[in-house]
Amino acid sequence: MSIRKISPELFQKLVGLAALELTEEESAYLLTEMNHQLSSVHLLLQVPLEEDLQPTLHGIRCQGAGPRADVWQPFPAPEEILAEAPEIEDSMFAVPDVKGAK
Amino acid sequence: MSLNQLSALEIAARVRAGEIRASEVLEASLAQIRRLDGQPGSLDEKPLEPAEDQKIHAFIRQTEDLARQQAEEVDRKVAAGEDPGMLAGVPVAIKDIFTLKGIETTAASRILSNFKPPYTATPVQKLMDAGALILGKTNLDEFAFGSSSESSAFKPAPNNPWDTSRVPGGSSGGSTASVAAEEVALSLGTDTGGSIRQPAAFCGVVGLKPTYGRVSRYGLMAFSSSLDCPGPIARNVSDTALTLQAMAGLDPHDSTSSTMPVSDYLEALKKGVKGLRIGLSPDYAHLFYPDFETGELGMESIQSEISQAVEHAANVLADLGAEIVENVPLPNTRYSIPTYFVISRVEAASNLHRFDGVKYGYRTPDEVADLQELLRRTRAEGFGSQPKLRILMGMYLSAAGFAENYYQRALKVRAMIRKDFERAFDPQGEFRLDAILTPTTATTAFKRDDFFGNSVRMQYSDQMTVSANHAGLPAMTIPGGLDGNNLPIGIQFIGADFREDLILRAGFAFEQATRDEAWRSVRPAALRQEVE
Repeated sequence: MSIRKISPELFQKLVGLAALELTEEESAYLLTEMNHQLSSVHLLLQVPLEEDLQPTLHGIRCQGAGPRADVWQPFPAPEEILAEAPEIEDSMFAVPDVKGAK
Repeated sequence: MSLNQLSALEIAARVRAGEIRASEVLEASLAQIRRLDGQPGSLDEKPLEPAEDQKIHAFIRQTEDLARQQAEEVDRKVAAGEDPGMLAGVPVAIKDIFTLKGIETTAASRILSNFKPPYTATPVQKLMDAGALILGKTNLDEFAFGSSSESSAFKPAPNNPWDTSRVPGGSSGGSTASVAAEEVALSLGTDTGGSIRQPAAFCGVVGLKPTYGRVSRYGLMAFSSSLDCPGPIARNVSDTALTLQAMAGLDPHDSTSSTMPVSDYLEALKKGVKGLRIGLSPDYAHLFYPDFETGELGMESIQSEISQAVEHAANVLADLGAEIVENVPLPNTRYSIPTYFVISRVEAASNLHRFDGVKYGYRTPDEVADLQELLRRTRAEGFGSQPKLRILMGMYLSAAGFAENYYQRALKVRAMIRKDFERAFDPQGEFRLDAILTPTTATTAFKRDDFFGNSVRMQYSDQMTVSANHAGLPAMTIPGGLDGNNLPIGIQFIGADFREDLILRAGFAFEQATRDEAWRSVRPAALRQEVE
């Protein structure tokens, strides 16, 4: 079975979707490594899957308390969170304009 | 014996009894770090003088002021007759992927280089509540993405105390190096595919990955959320049991933390191995490795000295009364790395989308035209090559049109790996095992730069460890000998769900029975030079 390769065009599309910018050297390295990893991943296609096998979210069945109630819990010191932001305005995170936004 | 050589149990016992002060222990630790560790990792990479290049470089940041406050508090409690905790005065280093309120927490990435979290991770808080002294944050592969610690954005990367021209393993390489170099008695690491056990094996220390959910992940920066496990690193099995005792348990902040009661791990050690059934599997005797062009699975033998160490351990345990069960089939574990490539990358890509230069962390200083350019530029400058590789691979493998073949299939193969182990541990089954004994790694520590950049070969360093992550099972590496280059060999015990007590028992029994073997008297080269 031939191994699927990621084309340079598809790679560039992924780079855009991932919100990344890469140099030519980085692109060449990352595309090569992705295709090498695919040669390993390809082995999964050869595994004979058992009938009615369910995909697992975790290795073990989670025995935790489960999600907490969906109730708003204010953080005791919001100013400590805002202090970590690169830029804030009036207690809000500040960002440049969104392209195309009115 | 210097204070730095004492076990955590001995330190805590002496501090609690008032025989030594926590502040004395702290000073001894700080002095050892000053002697051996060299400059901490930094974003400002410079060429190193040869002597500096040979240092350990386990730390990104030391937290001396915090440790002094903690030592003073422990000493005050002892003087006042109050309980200072089960880890009273024990020096601990934290992998820099756990939050510590108000202290920079970087995940060894430029994108978090200035981040001071507003809360403390639960496992760290539990160690502090038990009286531990937090001496600093240790270096790691960026976001824990690697098996050598070389991908850290903070240079120099840590070295192996047994041979500083070699890597300490990874991703918890700074943590295991700091414990091996006797800079601290304990460290807190994380294990997603082997990131506690592989570096612990390379550095000749004990490392335990608990059952998924046994220790809270709250405050651990997520890599692969269905696989990540915090766990202890120590120089012996008793200290590992003690540390797990302090950290384990339900946490309302982590919905996957378990409601199962926590065993008394230290008490369990006294029970020995007589009557335990310990399995050996032929599926752990080789490294399965794909051909880049054909994708066919090839096979490489593991280092012969490591196979011999596993055989020796089996013989020792048999002499102690354990029943050794050979030829336990675990056939699907050979697919553990391809399965890991898919699950871990998809989850990592999802987890890394949050880093955007808006809410916290690094933001590009450049002028940008709009939000989209801000995101692209910030992430391009903030992430190193390994996070970028994982983001892109994870997005590809989970994309519409590919996910059925890759992600969905990997989740099913994980279920098959899990079934292999369920069959081995089934109390009514053919094998009825209490533990499985395997090598921890296929080789001993490799040279710096040997595999760095080769993401496939580096990933296959985790072949022997990653199946326990897929299955969610507890697993522990302990030192099992030395190879011909005086490099540590790790042997691994894998247990059934929440049976950390059984693998600790097996490890402790082997440790006690072999304490007079010649290899145990050999110390890491960095410590031998220290004496000279």
